[in-house]
Amino acid sequence: MTLPALGWQGLVVLATFGISLLIATYCTYAERVIAAFLQDRVGPDRAGPFGLLQPLADAVKLFTKEEFFPAGANRALFVFGPCLAMITALMSSAVIPFGNFLKFGDTEIHLQGIEINVGMLYVFGIVSLGVYGIMIGGWASNNKFSLLGAIRAASQNISYELAMGLALIAVLMMSGTLSLREITLQQTHVGGGWHIGDIFTWNVFKQPLGFVIFIVCAFAETNRTPFDLPECETELIGGYHTEYSSMKMGLYLFAEYVNVFVATAVMSVLYFGGFNYPFQYEFLDFLTNKTSLSADWAHNIFVLMGVVAMFAKIFTGIFFFMWVRWTLPRFRYDQLMRLGWTILIPLAIFNILLTGGLITFGVIQ
Amino acid sequence: MSPLFLFLSFVALLSALGVVLAKNPVHSVLFLILTFFTLSGHYLLLNAQFLAAVNIIVYAGAIMVLFLFVIMFLNLNEETEPHKPALAKFAAAIAGGSLLLILVAALRNVSPAGYDPASFDSQIGMVDRLGMVLFRDYALPFELASILLLAAMVGSVMLGKRETGERNF
Repeated sequence: MTLPALGWQGLVVLATFGISLLIATYCTYAERVIAAFLQDRVGPDRAGPFGLLQPLADAVKLFTKEEFFPAGANRALFVFGPCLAMITALMSSAVIPFGNFLKFGDTEIHLQGIEINVGMLYVFGIVSLGVYGIMIGGWASNNKFSLLGAIRAASQNISYELAMGLALIAVLMMSGTLSLREITLQQTHVGGGWHIGDIFTWNVFKQPLGFVIFIVCAFAETNRTPFDLPECETELIGGYHTEYSSMKMGLYLFAEYVNVFVATAVMSVLYFGGFNYPFQYEFLDFLTNKTSLSADWAHNIFVLMGVVAMFAKIFTGIFFFMWVRWTLPRFRYDQLMRLGWTILIPLAIFNILLTGGLITFGVIQ
Repeated sequence: MSPLFLFLSFVALLSALGVVLAKNPVHSVLFLILTFFTLSGHYLLLNAQFLAAVNIIVYAGAIMVLFLFVIMFLNLNEETEPHKPALAKFAAAIAGGSLLLILVAALRNVSPAGYDPASFDSQIGMVDRLGMVLFRDYALPFELASILLLAAMVGSVMLGKRETGERNF
């Protein structure tokens, strides 16, 4: 059985899709476990061992709940809203490099859905489309509070997209490429030998200010606490999904977790070296020269370790998102806007100027 | 003509018609967004990846969101729709029709230039090539456009600013 290269790539795309969904599913479980841990509770422990079947139970519950259409709602768009939220959330993982390439004789399988040379712009474009799911859902509900919630959410997303884009420009200036794969490959030592500086090649050490701006914007873009104004149940009415029930509601909430996964994956690629890990070349050297593995398999194990490293970074990021959620209180809306427009954007512009200056005077490159 | 091109053109024309014919203004905006997507698809077929991505970010992602904002707030429906006099409709039809006529007349005899596969530069339209051309050959127009954008930005901030004594909320 031989598959053409395109067939293997199709399998990688399918796997990326499946992994995004799986991780998002278990994010709902992890969220509760971490919340329980931080609040000194037990958390979900009834469904299956350690409550591991909890996401399944939730899905069954959501599917069997009553489907409700508010009177006067635009039915087509009411259904389209959550679908769009889910589609845009899932689309961006296509360009994320989860690993370098696997080698089987002549076939090379890139562990990345698709490599395009404007990968970063693609992610940014998809993120900017995420607003539509929220706005269409809020408007189609035929409810003033849903509409106001949708507008609130959209204003927040648009405001923080600007600062996020400006923070990314500083990374771009240093890397000189928009391809996520090349940005990853740049964040390592070429060559070999023993380097304590293996992790200091990560962009987070070259762009600390940009990283802080980026992560704050990522919280706002994924509608997570402390910026979960789009869905704050206690102070304001629920938000754009006030009228939603059943799995349509589930899709909105689920899209949030897919977004968290994608945001942390992009963060790992841009700032934490993606699939690079410390002492990787020593490891490759050890596999090729000290063991009896063939050159291909040594390379493959080296690459698979990179995938493990990438996912370790992603899971750490997701844990950080949840840790922050159960630690910090929610911002007020005017504070949120003031932070975005009068602090983050000027800071991001300052970061661009600083990066440009440092590049001009040859301090970094 | 590739099937992809035909499909994209078909969807583009259909959604562009939808923009004009849809009764509900929100549906019009959504059709317009779909039109921008198909245009981005055409850019991709023309090997202009950067333009395609920027088209999505700027038009579909930013400008159309603001359109949607305004239209959702205006609450346009059948009762509040202003009815134009028949003369205005007639004039609009004639103006649009003559524009169509001119476009068809201008493009009737155009034959696609085609390309020579041997000397075709596959990097054309890529972001680094675009940057080279912009900053080397068109540096002055580029800077002038940036000044124009800056002026527009300052103007919008001025318009949005509250006068002294106005309420904050």
